Amino acid sequence: MGDPMKIRAKLEGDIADVRVLMAHPMETGQRKDAAGKVIPAHFIKEIRAELNGKVVWTADISQAVSRNPVFAFKVKGAKGGDKLRITWEDNTGDKRTDEITLGS
Amino acid sequence: MDYTRRGLLRGAGTAGALVAAFATGALRPADVFAAWNKSAFDAKSTADAMKALNVAGAADSTDIVIRAPDIAENGAVVPIDITSNIPGTESISLFVDKNPFPYVGTFDVAKGAMPYVHVRVKIGESSNVRAVVAAAGKYYQAAKEVKVTIGGCGG
Repeated sequence: MGDPMKIRAKLEGDIADVRVLMAHPMETGQRKDAAGKVIPAHFIKEIRAELNGKVVWTADISQAVSRNPVFAFKVKGAKGGDKLRITWEDNTGDKRTDEITLGS
Repeated sequence: MDYTRRGLLRGAGTAGALVAAFATGALRPADVFAAWNKSAFDAKSTADAMKALNVAGAADSTDIVIRAPDIAENGAVVPIDITSNIPGTESISLFVDKNPFPYVGTFDVAKGAMPYVHVRVKIGESSNVRAVVAAAGKYYQAAKEVKVTIGGCGG
């Protein structure tokens, strides 16, 4: 369970402009530590955004996404009071879900 | 995005682990994500990754707009904006041609999102950044060069 995500959403008409920052090392498995030992890969693989419980956006990603990943996307058919929930899962099976209420 | 049967079979090992997770109650069905296409993520060239994703031969399109810096001072964090103006856009996939593993990921916008995504990626050396869009069963691509002065893989 990582640190909380920072989720921000701005409503423009019925479109929610969402930005999310996830705290994650996104380790590639290519780097070595000071002792020359390979640091094992540790990265978010899958992300899902739900609006009021309905999946509206998903992403399958690799270790090529930068450390502490930031994503922005736009969700259609949103209104104030809607619940936006984002979940990620990494390659170790760790996962984290955070939720915000739009327009608040 | 269409995944090949072969890709699914290769993912069968992961599926076994998932079944075990179900059995122990660690996962509820609603928690399970779509199959992560391991063969595409493991591919060492964009061409192989596109084959694994079944999007090889995507047509060039000027309706895909890639916004990325011409020169990135820090390859560890390169902001990229992709907007597709192709009607019926279902997903946007991103590749960095010269990365050790070029396939960065796929963003599925078919279920209620706009055909747009912003992401920050690592780019090891100057390379083309390639976007592939799936729309109405067809595939389109566009590329933009990003020059990198400090690599993104050495940390």
